Amino acid sequence: MTTTTLKQPSKFLQILKTIWNGIKRVPAVYYIFFGIFIVLGLLSPTYQSANGIMAFLRRTSPLAILAIGEMIVLSTGGYDLSIGSIVTLVVLGSSLLLNNDPTMMPTAIWTMLALGLLIGLVNGFVVSYLKIPSFIATLGMMLLVKGGALYWVGGAPRGYLTENWRDFGRGYFENIPLIERFPYALAILLVLALVTYFIYHRSNFGKQILAIGDNVRASQLSGVRVRLVRMIAFVISSLFAVIGGIMIGGFGGVNVTIGEGLEMQTIAACVVGGVLLGGGKGSVMNVIFGAFTMEAIFNLLNLLGLPKPYKDAVQGLIIIAAVAYVALSTRKKK
Amino acid sequence: MTTTSISDNRFKRFMRNINIPPVYYFLVVIFLGGGILDQIFSDGQIFTNQAILLNIIVRSVALGIVAVGQTLVIVGASIDLSVAYTISITAVMSSYIMQGETKNVPLAILVVFGIGILIGLINGLIITKLKINSFIATLGTSLIIKGIINATFSNYTGSVPKSFQFFGYSTLGPIPVAIIVLILVVFAGWFLLNRTKFGAHLYGVGGNVEVGRLSGLRTDRVLIGAHILCSMSAVLTGLFLVSRLQSGAPWVGPDGLYDLESIATTVVGGTALAGGKGGVWGTLAGVLIFGVLDTVFNQLGMNPYLKTVLRGAIIVLAVASYTYRSKKEAA
Repeated sequence: MTTTTLKQPSKFLQILKTIWNGIKRVPAVYYIFFGIFIVLGLLSPTYQSANGIMAFLRRTSPLAILAIGEMIVLSTGGYDLSIGSIVTLVVLGSSLLLNNDPTMMPTAIWTMLALGLLIGLVNGFVVSYLKIPSFIATLGMMLLVKGGALYWVGGAPRGYLTENWRDFGRGYFENIPLIERFPYALAILLVLALVTYFIYHRSNFGKQILAIGDNVRASQLSGVRVRLVRMIAFVISSLFAVIGGIMIGGFGGVNVTIGEGLEMQTIAACVVGGVLLGGGKGSVMNVIFGAFTMEAIFNLLNLLGLPKPYKDAVQGLIIIAAVAYVALSTRKKK
Repeated sequence: MTTTSISDNRFKRFMRNINIPPVYYFLVVIFLGGGILDQIFSDGQIFTNQAILLNIIVRSVALGIVAVGQTLVIVGASIDLSVAYTISITAVMSSYIMQGETKNVPLAILVVFGIGILIGLINGLIITKLKINSFIATLGTSLIIKGIINATFSNYTGSVPKSFQFFGYSTLGPIPVAIIVLILVVFAGWFLLNRTKFGAHLYGVGGNVEVGRLSGLRTDRVLIGAHILCSMSAVLTGLFLVSRLQSGAPWVGPDGLYDLESIATTVVGGTALAGGKGGVWGTLAGVLIFGVLDTVFNQLGMNPYLKTVLRGAIIVLAVASYTYRSKKEAA
């Protein structure tokens, strides 16, 4: 320590170093996202206009909502594999309840939210009180909800979704200065993100979620009500899946496979956003950008005109590469 | 008095030595319950018709073989979501190479096992060297394999020769070959886990990687080995399926839900998802539970969607039957 009589680095170098440290501190997901998005913008003029960007954000918002819900469960060290089936249930069930009668819209939404609450409570109960690993508990729930939804509608989509229901997913606030239009979906995402941000990053409850993910026993001994916190985490995830499902139904057709594979896509989005599987780490902002990154990847592959099979393969490669990059860059910091 | 207590002790010791996983009780309950329902609501063939009994096991062969491989991986605290598409690529590649000719069979088997080993090696390397969570790593590789198969094949391709169908259909005496293969695979899995150094190391790695590493295990090699064996078991399942279907299609793996079901049966069988605990005998019981359920549902002529619902509920109940007493919190 005392021998550091070497001359101080110049002011300029010091500033450069601070900037460089700042750059290093930005999570990897932002570089990946903006990298892909810039390529998108160069390839297609759609992504250079406010309108195109808003359309992109509208499409991505449901996945981002699913991802922040899933992040809460992942942070406690669990998995929620039932969210894809919940989306299927919401779309199939609502179309049956609505059956082209716009006045039924509130009833349909409240029914779906109630079902989501019930599913989340059961997931939480099974994991907390029957001590079943959440991977299996929610896998069982995935089969149960999917089978139940198909049984309910009789195996094929029935009924119609009304316009006022679909607007949640595909509608816009019109005539906004500068950007012309602002999607409802993005507004819903922003509200939910803000709420989750305060719960997750600014409240005791959020600290408890992360503590459970880090070390269940230690958090239990320091007075965290592990079972209650777990239950709430699963309820949040299910409710967000219902909301995401309502929005997804807004621009997709009514389809029995609409939610298939969404749970995996969502978990991948979370991991790209820096969430540790096994719990203890996560960030609302980063996860939202993780979801944006996934959607940007799909769009890029579409734009390149790759046939569907190649898209799957490239998507797999990119997920592995992105996660490896995120994993390596966080390990260095430790 | 003394003699009975000694034999009592012997009996207890014997029971402890063979160590029946609790899930076998659940299997018996499901079997009896299903049989009774069948007696009441249907023709009651489950208890009387041997063909149905054998059929339960034959139906379980495909899932059973891959579930043994999945058990190895899960004991090592890893997971393999790519088995479904490994099964698919085996099915299409083998029937494509065979083209109905017996002389092509050895080449086909060689090639698909080569592919299986390669997939397992890649999975293992990504997980151990890039330090990516196994869930995401194998999800990624399964997407890659899916893309490759769907880009190359779009429907039933090629066919298997009559001689190769013995794997799926013929019997040795009264017992179908498929069942013998399943028993051999389960036995091999048991031997590997409980009677070899590799097995002991795998339990060590699954229990605690860091402790394993510090006590001098080459933890990476052990895990890579487990992944290679798991992919090879998926290849064997693929070969069995193609010999029954007579031609391979890209959707045989994912349509059978072999990825999630092999994990579910492993956990139902008492292997901890966190690793380091469990074994193949429990997995076999888990697989048989699924087989019995399928048969009972068919006998009762149940609505297919209701089947899915009940399946989900029974997976949860089966695992709950022994986890609910545990003091540790699940994750």
